[in-house]
Amino acid sequence: MPGPSHVPVARGVYRVMMLLPFETIVREHGPVVLRVCRSVLAAHDADDAWSETFLKALGAYPGLPVDANVEAWLVTIARRTCIDLLRARARHGTVTERMPERPSTLGVPEAEFEAQDDADRVVRAVSALPERQRKAVTYHYLGGLRYREVADIIGGSTEAVRRAAADGIRTLRRTMGA
Amino acid sequence: MTDHTTTGRPEHLRGLHAGLERAAAERGLLDVAYRIVDSPVGRLLVAATERGIVRIAFELQDFDTVLQSLADRVSPRVLEAPGRLERAALELDEYFDRRRTSFDLPLDFRLTGGFRGEVQRLLPGIGYGHTTSYAELAHAAGRPRAFRAVGTACATNPLPVVVPCHRVLRGDGSLGGYAGGLDAKRALLRLESA
Repeated sequence: MPGPSHVPVARGVYRVMMLLPFETIVREHGPVVLRVCRSVLAAHDADDAWSETFLKALGAYPGLPVDANVEAWLVTIARRTCIDLLRARARHGTVTERMPERPSTLGVPEAEFEAQDDADRVVRAVSALPERQRKAVTYHYLGGLRYREVADIIGGSTEAVRRAAADGIRTLRRTMGA
Repeated sequence: MTDHTTTGRPEHLRGLHAGLERAAAERGLLDVAYRIVDSPVGRLLVAATERGIVRIAFELQDFDTVLQSLADRVSPRVLEAPGRLERAALELDEYFDRRRTSFDLPLDFRLTGGFRGEVQRLLPGIGYGHTTSYAELAHAAGRPRAFRAVGTACATNPLPVVVPCHRVLRGDGSLGGYAGGLDAKRALLRLESA
């Protein structure tokens, strides 16, 4: 059983916080984790990565500090899980050049992208971005995380993450010819 | 995006959730499974560990509060996983349909202990359709003057309906209390006396 954590709310006043039931975590963050997995993997693999992410999280959950940023923690696990899956596919020589065969359900943020019905081009363009820009764009726009939360995961200041995401979007606009 | 609702919609996540329930159980990570069961006395939350049913709660008790208390006192590895509770749901249905007079389910009494636990373990001995008083129950528990503590034991019963604390009344025949509300207690007694 996890110990409660005493979070100060005022001088000498503490609020006892406990871990939420894991079901609440799955309901609140399930959609974000799915978006993160789908930004990296084809639909079927993304489903596997989603399940594996929540199984790993469930295993480690009782040890999580109660004041941890749960979404950032889950996105980190999801990212590692996706990378492991990609590596396993590469080792078995079944990695596909093409991204999802089904239409992508990625929530592309910019209205001008909506005209593009070829979601593969977006995914390819995102994966061609420099690492920090790609992560900032993926977590912020596709994962729905706030800049501050993205900074928690990839390091650097909130402002630096905001700039990386803006640079990434600018490059994407150019690549996509928008 | 035109296809935002094809695979990203709730049904897809529900399917993923079902897979997660199965895999979590297989890997021994499902410490607390729960399910919501409809009944004539309102929705019931039924929760089980690997040992057995650990908690039954009325909607009046607020399911979120009950789930948080399970996370705190048993394990935060809590998932809505109806599979583990299929038999419990079936037996409850039969009970409310008057096709069952006693429950045959493994019970996990870990949320109770001491004298309260001793009293709660005596409750299934009160037969279907019968009632007893707090004082008689105190006598049966070997502490005839502890009828107040017996009242507390009934009030804190973590497994109402299945462990029939609704069959315990005041000495004068009035209802006493009930965690699920007096209407629920009355409804259960009426169901059993018909």
